[in-house]
Amino acid sequence: MTELAEFWEMIWPELGRGLVITLRLSTGSLLIGLLIGFPIALMRVYGARWMKTLATIYVDLLRGTPLLVQLFFIYYGLADPNINQLLVRLGLPEGLLVLEPLTAAYLALGCNSGAYQAEYLRGAIQAIDAGQMIAARALGLSRLQAIRYIIMPQALRLVIAPWSNEVAYMVKYTSVVYIIAVQDLFGETRRIMSTHYNQMTMLPFVGMIYLVIVLLITWGMGHLEQHFHIPGLQIDVERG
Amino acid sequence: MTKPIIQIKGLHKSYGELEVIKGVDLEVDKGEVLVIIGPSGTGKSTLLRCVNLLSSPSKGQIWVDGDEVTAPHTDINKIRTKVGMVFQDFNLFTHMTALDNVMIGPSKVKGMAKEEARELALFELERVGLIEKAAAYPGQLSGGQKQRVAIARALAMSPKVMLFDEPTSALDPELIGEVLEVMKKLAREHMTMLVVTHEMGFAKEVSNRIIFMEDGYIIEEGSPQQLFYNPREQRTKEFLGKITELYGEEG
Repeated sequence: MTELAEFWEMIWPELGRGLVITLRLSTGSLLIGLLIGFPIALMRVYGARWMKTLATIYVDLLRGTPLLVQLFFIYYGLADPNINQLLVRLGLPEGLLVLEPLTAAYLALGCNSGAYQAEYLRGAIQAIDAGQMIAARALGLSRLQAIRYIIMPQALRLVIAPWSNEVAYMVKYTSVVYIIAVQDLFGETRRIMSTHYNQMTMLPFVGMIYLVIVLLITWGMGHLEQHFHIPGLQIDVERG
Repeated sequence: MTKPIIQIKGLHKSYGELEVIKGVDLEVDKGEVLVIIGPSGTGKSTLLRCVNLLSSPSKGQIWVDGDEVTAPHTDINKIRTKVGMVFQDFNLFTHMTALDNVMIGPSKVKGMAKEEARELALFELERVGLIEKAAAYPGQLSGGQKQRVAIARALAMSPKVMLFDEPTSALDPELIGEVLEVMKKLAREHMTMLVVTHEMGFAKEVSNRIIFMEDGYIIEEGSPQQLFYNPREQRTKEFLGKITELYGEEG
């Protein structure tokens, strides 16, 4: 018992630091993803043809290529000397796109999540009966008002469930950023393992930490869904 | 003779290759209850939807209360405040209480103060006999109650005309009566109403005029007496025969 306590005391400072970075990275990337995903979804559903095309290209590109490729592109690709030269020629500061590992991680995870969040929200918007928009317009509400007061409040409720998946995925996906030397929870774990050769203790232990976070999120999002649920709506019945 | 409140001239409507309305002329006077009957897919609903531009006409002109709806730069939203519409499948806003459903038009379209809009909404819910359901969500209401709230929602805008697009077709038989009662009450209060329905009992009892539409044309029009007991056209006769078989004499 004391052995474990000692070990814990030894690794905790590093692991704790890593955990904080993982949580920050998850939250930040999800927010960036939301900021990207929301307008992309609106463009795909309500936009003019060129907006739809643009949004579709974005979504397909980011969902259709590996996250690691995206991460490397942003971290290593953008740091390419030729790109740097181009920036200088355009009158932009030198090294603008030579990013810190953590910055690159935020960007890659955020842009990637944006594509998924856009799709979840689009799905939710399109799941709403077309009659809602027609009735709103028939009352005299403008299209924008109808989207804001009638469609969005319903779509955002519907999107909570898929969105909680995205939150859980994000927490786990952040673990790939160790590969560009971000010291997140998994990065710290690898460091500890490389000096202590204790994989069989560390990996289950860290796995448990991820698991607890994901369970807490699932639980919290479930409550959020309950909180915003609409009395008498069909979804209740289906859930039984 | 006062000016008709709705005037339709040479209306055509096509969806791609398919022409749904093939030239309709119609005038509706203030306070008139006009019932439109006919087989499904003959352009009845489309005709209603052209009046408030939910469908934009391919050809022809429409005036509502003196304003030309079909003019190039019409303020659609302004015209829609004058034309209430009730749908077959209610289309209540599912995330709002009955009260909020009725309030949203006055408060967001007309910019009415919240308290005033609330008072008005309560008054309209009272009018359709549902004040005790003000706090209920659509999912907690029966079909008949939903449709009555939908009528209250339309009435809250103080429309000059009410359009009813098969308002009882989605209802269980035992719930139809309560909706028809509300509509009869509106007719007695001299609301101008355009009603697409298969409820022949309602048509006979309440309407001033019935239009029989088929295949994108108005085939025949006349008083309920004339159309039901002395139709000129063979097709009208056949249709009424079928409907009576299906729904019974009192519809």
